[in-house]
Amino acid sequence: MMDTLQQLFGPLWPVVWTLAKIVAIVAPIMGAVAYLTLAERKVIGYMQVRIGPNRVGYYGLLQPVADGLKLLFKEIILPTAANKFLFLLAPVLVLAPALAAWAVVPFDFDMVLANVDAGLLYILAMTSVGVYGVIIAGWASNSKYAFLGSLRSAAQIVSYEIAMGFALVGVLMAANSLNLGKIVMAQQGGFWEWYWLPLFPLFVVYFIAAVAETNRAPFDVAEGESEIVAGFHVEYSGMAFAVFFLAEYANMILVATLAALMFLGGWLSPVPFLPDGFPWLAIKVAGLLFLFLWFRATFPRYRYDQIMRLGWKVFIPVTLVWIVVIGAFMQTPLGYLFH
Amino acid sequence: MIFQDYVFYALAAILLVAGLRVITARNPVHAALFLVLAFFTAAGIWLLLEAEFLAITLVLVYVGAVMVLFLFVVMMLDINLDKLREGFWDYAPLAGFVGVVMALEMASIVGVRHFGVNVTGTPEPHPVNYSNTAELGRQLYTDYVLPFELASVVLLVAIVAAIALTMRRRKDSKYIDPAEQVKVKRADRIRMVSMPAEKEMPENGEGEQA
Repeated sequence: MMDTLQQLFGPLWPVVWTLAKIVAIVAPIMGAVAYLTLAERKVIGYMQVRIGPNRVGYYGLLQPVADGLKLLFKEIILPTAANKFLFLLAPVLVLAPALAAWAVVPFDFDMVLANVDAGLLYILAMTSVGVYGVIIAGWASNSKYAFLGSLRSAAQIVSYEIAMGFALVGVLMAANSLNLGKIVMAQQGGFWEWYWLPLFPLFVVYFIAAVAETNRAPFDVAEGESEIVAGFHVEYSGMAFAVFFLAEYANMILVATLAALMFLGGWLSPVPFLPDGFPWLAIKVAGLLFLFLWFRATFPRYRYDQIMRLGWKVFIPVTLVWIVVIGAFMQTPLGYLFH
Repeated sequence: MIFQDYVFYALAAILLVAGLRVITARNPVHAALFLVLAFFTAAGIWLLLEAEFLAITLVLVYVGAVMVLFLFVVMMLDINLDKLREGFWDYAPLAGFVGVVMALEMASIVGVRHFGVNVTGTPEPHPVNYSNTAELGRQLYTDYVLPFELASVVLLVAIVAAIALTMRRRKDSKYIDPAEQVKVKRADRIRMVSMPAEKEMPENGEGEQA
């Protein structure tokens, strides 16, 4: 069947095949985003002894569809004297990097759209571009509240990006590669060989920085729904707002997947007698995403100065020290501990 | 022309337009955003040259960090463009002269005579498993280790100097020490007072009238 398709498209085949793979990655992600919103409401509901959405479809399973339709039919309001082009470009600029980063994420052995050698660097570059959407959204809204919100949010994202990047430096030192597939393959050998153990401080820093990076509770001062009613996207409505929402959840899934790949062995099985495969990755990502929801349900919000202190004065020194520890140990006979 | 050529010309066209708009855009925020676009497109051209590490680093450093801080500053400035453009035509001849000299200098070095394909030869495409990143790392930390370290020390000095020059400590700033906050015990903040739950009744019953 592949051959007939290949003949049908001729020289265009690589383009068509790549597009098909992109759709095969993005469509399930969008589905996962939709059901992550439902899972969030359900999980937080049960943690607060409520039931959560249960009216649309069995157990509320059609709730995300209903929400999506509602947002689609809402009017997109343009604030007076807003910069129309940039105002509408900003949500796209937030969502596009969150999806583009998936190009180098491997789902199984050799199951990756682009097997790039500098994959980790590419992901860092893509996630750092996402901050433009936040800044432009705040500026183009022509509203001081949105503008101040965007400054807060962007400062937070930029700060935690550094800690996140340093945590990744430890991973690439241990794995000797920037290729995500090779990083996973370097963790072969079961649960105790995964990098969460030798790189434990970096794992903790990475995951907390990931929560802060995605502007999730308890680091959600940018949105702060109970205090300031949304920051940089306060002027957005309808589908334009929904795109910001989608981007937040797509980013959550992305950072959870990266944490699973780099510290929890990706698609590798934790025990030797079970085969490796994509289901393991899915289970690990789901577990990490549950942590995101659990945090939101149980932790009080950080104060803004405490967020900045945690990022700059705690996380960055911790990662720097651990990078030196890894480098020093690699020169000794104990280097095998860090592979 | 092969596919890569079309991509190159498309990227080059976008790069030139973006570069031109950086200096012609009336709004400084727009100019900064066009600069971002120019960096991004330049990274694309570098990718075509198989310099993927440098291309991604360009996006990571310039687009992801430098231009974000740039935008921060530019957004908060209240710039009166008419005032800025007041002396434009007075300086135009001088600027034109400088521009022409720069163009001539560049043309004398990067012209076809020195950088043409017949001088440098077409670069060989690398084999599939060639790692640009690893090769660059090896070069930086072996052959060029001293210049590399020197450059990083110069940058470090610049960072420290910039902070030392601009940092000012306000005497009256209300500084919070988180360690102190964490160390607080209940006894530091709460004083338990033992007192009767009811108010004592006045003796001669005057209180009843009020």
